[in-house]
Amino acid sequence: MTAAATAFDVRPAGSRQLAGTGTLLRFALRRDRLMIPVWVGVNALMILSMPNTLENLYDSPADRAELLKDTAGNASFRALIGPVFDDSVGALTAWRVGVYAGALAAVVSLLLVIRHTRDEEESGRHELVASGMVGRRASLTAALLTAAVANAVLALLVTAGLAGQGASGALAFGLGLAGVGMVFATLAAIVAQFTESARLARGLTAGLLGAAFVLRAAGDSASDDGSSALTWVSPLGWLENLRSFADERWWVLLLFAAAALLQGVVAYGLAGRRDVGMSFLPTRPGPALGRLGTAGALAWRLQRGSVLGWSIGFFLAGVVYGGLTDGVADLVGDNANAREIFERMGGQAGLTDAFLASMVGMLGLIAALYVVGSVLRLHGEETSMRAEPILAGAVSRLRWACGHLVIAFAGAGLIMLLAGLGFAVGYGKEVGPILGACLVQLPAVWVVGGLAVLLYGVLPRAAVGAWGVAGAVLLLGWVGPALDVPQVVLDLSPFGHLPKLPGGGMEWGPVLVLPALAAGLVAAGLAGLRRRDMTT
Amino acid sequence: MTKANPAIEVSGLHKSFGRTHALDGLDLDVEAGEVHGFLGPNGSGKSTTIRVLLGLLRADSGGAQVLGRDPWTDAVEVHRRIAYVPGDVTLWRNLSGGEVIDLYGRLRGGLDTHRRAELIDRFELDPTKKGRTYSKGNRQKVALVAAFASDVDLLILDEPTSGLDPLMEEVFQRCVEEERDRGRTVLLSSHILSEVEELCDRVSIIRKGRTVESGSLADLRHLTRTSVTAELAGAPNGLSRLPGVHDLAVQPVERGQGRRVRLQVDTDKLDAVLRSLSESGVRSLTSTPPTLEELFLRHYQDDGPEQVAAR
Repeated sequence: MTAAATAFDVRPAGSRQLAGTGTLLRFALRRDRLMIPVWVGVNALMILSMPNTLENLYDSPADRAELLKDTAGNASFRALIGPVFDDSVGALTAWRVGVYAGALAAVVSLLLVIRHTRDEEESGRHELVASGMVGRRASLTAALLTAAVANAVLALLVTAGLAGQGASGALAFGLGLAGVGMVFATLAAIVAQFTESARLARGLTAGLLGAAFVLRAAGDSASDDGSSALTWVSPLGWLENLRSFADERWWVLLLFAAAALLQGVVAYGLAGRRDVGMSFLPTRPGPALGRLGTAGALAWRLQRGSVLGWSIGFFLAGVVYGGLTDGVADLVGDNANAREIFERMGGQAGLTDAFLASMVGMLGLIAALYVVGSVLRLHGEETSMRAEPILAGAVSRLRWACGHLVIAFAGAGLIMLLAGLGFAVGYGKEVGPILGACLVQLPAVWVVGGLAVLLYGVLPRAAVGAWGVAGAVLLLGWVGPALDVPQVVLDLSPFGHLPKLPGGGMEWGPVLVLPALAAGLVAAGLAGLRRRDMTT
Repeated sequence: MTKANPAIEVSGLHKSFGRTHALDGLDLDVEAGEVHGFLGPNGSGKSTTIRVLLGLLRADSGGAQVLGRDPWTDAVEVHRRIAYVPGDVTLWRNLSGGEVIDLYGRLRGGLDTHRRAELIDRFELDPTKKGRTYSKGNRQKVALVAAFASDVDLLILDEPTSGLDPLMEEVFQRCVEEERDRGRTVLLSSHILSEVEELCDRVSIIRKGRTVESGSLADLRHLTRTSVTAELAGAPNGLSRLPGVHDLAVQPVERGQGRRVRLQVDTDKLDAVLRSLSESGVRSLTSTPPTLEELFLRHYQDDGPEQVAAR
């Protein structure tokens, strides 16, 4: 050591490419100590509560056998959820939650990977980290390992939690979910090499996930056993073709492993061929002269891409769900309990209406995520110090904030309207009532947005808590009705007060009171914003 | 100096963040038409003061007037006549520099397009690049071009040249001089003392949220010591007994009666020292006024302000 200390280390450079990975991994897990447990926990909760729900719904084997028979014959339902392979509670659980739990695992994985790769590079933080004893491949490896940890924990929870339904099925399902997660983690690692913007990388990878969902849906509507080529193209299709709890096809796990490995190799190859901070999609030069002249115009410029993305997404969702409506209603009609659930979620009259109402309600809940994200742009602008020079101009805080809030609140209206138009295209009937049903969601969406404004204005440090509000509302709306959550708790969500449309009777009370409440929240938030210090 | 028309008037400003007292009775007077240097060590409250002047923070107590108005209640009116350049400019990743310059200009009193073009040329800025591709210095230039091309009365510059190369630093100094020649007021917070010495009519030095010194550079120099080195024909007489003389050192010069004398003297006592020296026959004399750097160090070091306060 003493002799070596004076000499330079002349080991070949290649041998240290992963130096520092362990430190970076610990650091990443430390940064995500809240994010990973919450996301993984919500996903596991959703999955592990399902056997109970199913046992309540279909309490005899005969009921379950009938469900199996019905779904096998219903293309719309298969497209929505996938084919069923067995009538055991375990198999039904894997069927009912598989696609959605897989998609959620994929979302968590892609967010984690991009957060620890492109986000770090874009912000310039990576540069300082990379100047330390950190190998060229360390940060990508640490990001992928972080996603691997999250997926392994999910697999562990699912395997342990569902073991009662059959140990090997539980293991297969847990591994399958983790497999979907890792396929999208490595896919995100590739996409992150192509864009300089983390936001764009997230959007593109999420778009690929959406494509995987649609391919599987198309394949499953065409075939009742998951054998369509379209299904086999989609990692979400592999999850169903794993046939957990139904004579597992273990070799399907190899597909996940092969895809993740292949994509990982591609990602490392690409990463090694580019400069730090650069990307394969070059940034085009912008105009030398600007036309932006107001804070409002700037807000629109910053948010228009996201508004466009949400608009397309909601319109397509409307088309897809609208197109499935007739088929699904046929199926649910046969089961009294399922009908009851749909009715509790959606409406009293006619199953078609009940299905429509529950789908519209679901889009309304998702729109709450849009509105929170859009409102919190204010927070992002403030904490990144980009708001400071704007507010040092002749722009009042109120005007600056309103520029973003108009986009948040009117944008929510726009995407719900487009969802309604999508339903009109996909379903073709009841255009007026469905449009109305979509717009009736807005008061509740706005209340969530109002809460976000209030938090941002009054408690800026807790502003990201608005995501928690949106998440809680989402959870109550999705699992609440199926889990027999007491009405008092359901009433906490503004969505719980909306009339169930189409089908149910219009109730003007909440539709008038909630916007007033939202307006009050926004006003209180803005009043707080005017009084408080800006973050420095 | 027209006391009647101050651009910035701050008195007894207090601001706390939790337990930290960022500003502890700060005073600042910037007269219209002057370039005012705003100096202080890191964390002394310069940026906090500037954010109060911009109405981004609300002072706990004390008064602040910018261009004759309250920056908190009349923020928009004040900002119409202000251009601000932060020390760390953050841009939107997908907007070009040119777009941002025009946006900033329109959010103020407006932009002089000829001046904009001229400044872009002088600062050698490519306005078509997107925010994320600019280096630190170039991000700084975006904000500087927008500020100097804006039609405003007061420029508030918070360490505006961080990241600029010496050539650009030169361009910056010329721009500030042009602004002064047009009768605009500049508040310049900076750590580059040569820049402050070159540009500023008056300076305020703050420490731990308080103003410890304020005045013209000449005034400030007056408060400190001048170093004197002299070669005398004979031995100095009674020099060490004179008030205001410090660090006196006398050495014999090779061959003869001559003495070399080095000393520090409080600048306002210089006259008596020179008299005393000339009694011994001065062969050569150098006298160095304190540099701003020495001034600065005196105030920045922990015992600095007490000495000044004791005076």
